[in-house]
Amino acid sequence: MIEVRDIRKSFDGVEILKGISTKFEAGKTNLVIGASGSGKSVLMKCMVGLIEPTEGHIVYDNRDFTNLSYKEMRDVRREIGMLFQGTALFDSLTVEQNVEFAIKMFTKMTPAERHDRVNFCLEQVNLPGVNDKFPAEISGGMKKRVGIARAIALDIKYLFCDEPNSGLDPVTSRVIDELLKQITEEFNITTIINTHDMKTVFDIGDDVIFIFEGSNEWQGKVRDINTCGNEKLTKFIQASYFK
Amino acid sequence: MKFFYEFGKYLMFLKSMFSRPEKMSVFIDRTLIEMNNIGVGSLTIVAIIAFFQGAVTTLQIAYQLISPLVSNPTIGSIVSDSSMLELAPTITCLVLAGKVGSHIASEIGTMRVSEQIDALEVMGINSSSYLALPKITAGIIMIPMLVIISIFLSNLGGIIAGEATGILTSQEYLQGARESFLPYNLFFSIVKAFTYAFIITSISSFQGYFTSGGALEVGSSSTKAVVYSAVAILFADYILAQLML
Ligand SMILES: Nc1ncnc2c1ncn2[C@@H]1O[C@H](COP(=O)(O)OP(=O)(O)OP(=O)(O)O)[C@@H](O)[C@H]1O
Ligand SMILES: [Mg+2]
Repeated sequence: MIEVRDIRKSFDGVEILKGISTKFEAGKTNLVIGASGSGKSVLMKCMVGLIEPTEGHIVYDNRDFTNLSYKEMRDVRREIGMLFQGTALFDSLTVEQNVEFAIKMFTKMTPAERHDRVNFCLEQVNLPGVNDKFPAEISGGMKKRVGIARAIALDIKYLFCDEPNSGLDPVTSRVIDELLKQITEEFNITTIINTHDMKTVFDIGDDVIFIFEGSNEWQGKVRDINTCGNEKLTKFIQASYFK
Repeated sequence: MKFFYEFGKYLMFLKSMFSRPEKMSVFIDRTLIEMNNIGVGSLTIVAIIAFFQGAVTTLQIAYQLISPLVSNPTIGSIVSDSSMLELAPTITCLVLAGKVGSHIASEIGTMRVSEQIDALEVMGINSSSYLALPKITAGIIMIPMLVIISIFLSNLGGIIAGEATGILTSQEYLQGARESFLPYNLFFSIVKAFTYAFIITSISSFQGYFTSGGALEVGSSSTKAVVYSAVAILFADYILAQLML
């Protein structure tokens, strides 16, 4: 479980996150939804420590992440997998080397075992046979999927996905959605997904938090979303109908 | 004021970088790759520069010292000493500041702006150590070797230029070079090479690592890496000369 306690973040005096508090439970797909620019990516980066919040605490299963030393922070991070909005693949490495990266760094697997693990991860994201290509040689949607494969390469406890299926075709989007839900439940991972794809929300969402201009506007179960009575959220959802 | 802020940040960067590598085998692999990039990759340019620098110095010294009182071997001794003490290490490293420095800064800078460094950090890897330490290690191993090669080739350039123009024979050149040779000078030259190697690789890694923005900023980091390394080299050159000569 990850607890977010009153996180605030300002850039150059402009407050982007205005005190967000919530809990993300293990074994559930937790969705963070909100309009473009509402602060979803900033919140996610605060949670993994890439952006230092101006105020507030992030607690990973009773470990207060914001108070850890750099070394302790790295230990927590080894339990984290993350897909970046811009994928952030290592562009000097092949797809195989990208997925293999953390495995090579942190496990004692033999090259053959690593190769098997890489192939397993690439199959999971429906992307076999591109092992030797470089990120510049594959499409945007394929990069996303390599990013997910890289995030799940190790046995992780926390999975962060910043817009896992933006830029994917509908079929692949559903495959990725199902994959995220399946690994979340199977390995009891705490999964947090930023998205504005309402189909994802209704298909795989358990708990949802709706961010509006940096504030936690609504949170609850997906099944309650249509009867939430929150004007801003209702507007946000209705905008996606008939798309 | 800004200088002290940046310098402090640079020292903190060095401190964060000198930690035990996550995995030794990965560190060694990366160092070998960098040794190839920095060392082997710069061999041609270093060789060309060293050779011509020796040749031109010989001609100029001969031109300036035209006098019956100056014997030919003196020319050899001046050229060989000045290549060893100053020209080979300093000029070579100024050129390497341009070639190696801009390469390191733009590589690391691009990784920063495309969030690849963030990706490393989220995996629990000490990114400054992972990226910069192999480069610095490789530089410290390879650049002194390049400087030694450069000393050798600038003398060769001097000898050939002397013979080709008939100013002095190779025997005279070598006689002069031998008579004035001091092992301490070679030691001094290598100390310089180590110092400059550290300056180039660490300043360039630092500039790349703290890039923020986009393509334009990567370019300006790379320019800054070259300029700051070059200035630092000249400054260190002066300090070392004062301390050690
Ligand atoms: N490093 C930064 N410096 C200054 N402002 C920033 C920085 N990063 C983000 N912002 C600002 O924070 C706000 C929220 O950005 P964020 O990337 O979190 O949006 P988002 O909700 O992820 O949007 P999208 O759905 O388009 O990805 C934006 O107004 C952006 O300009
Ligand atoms: Mg975003």
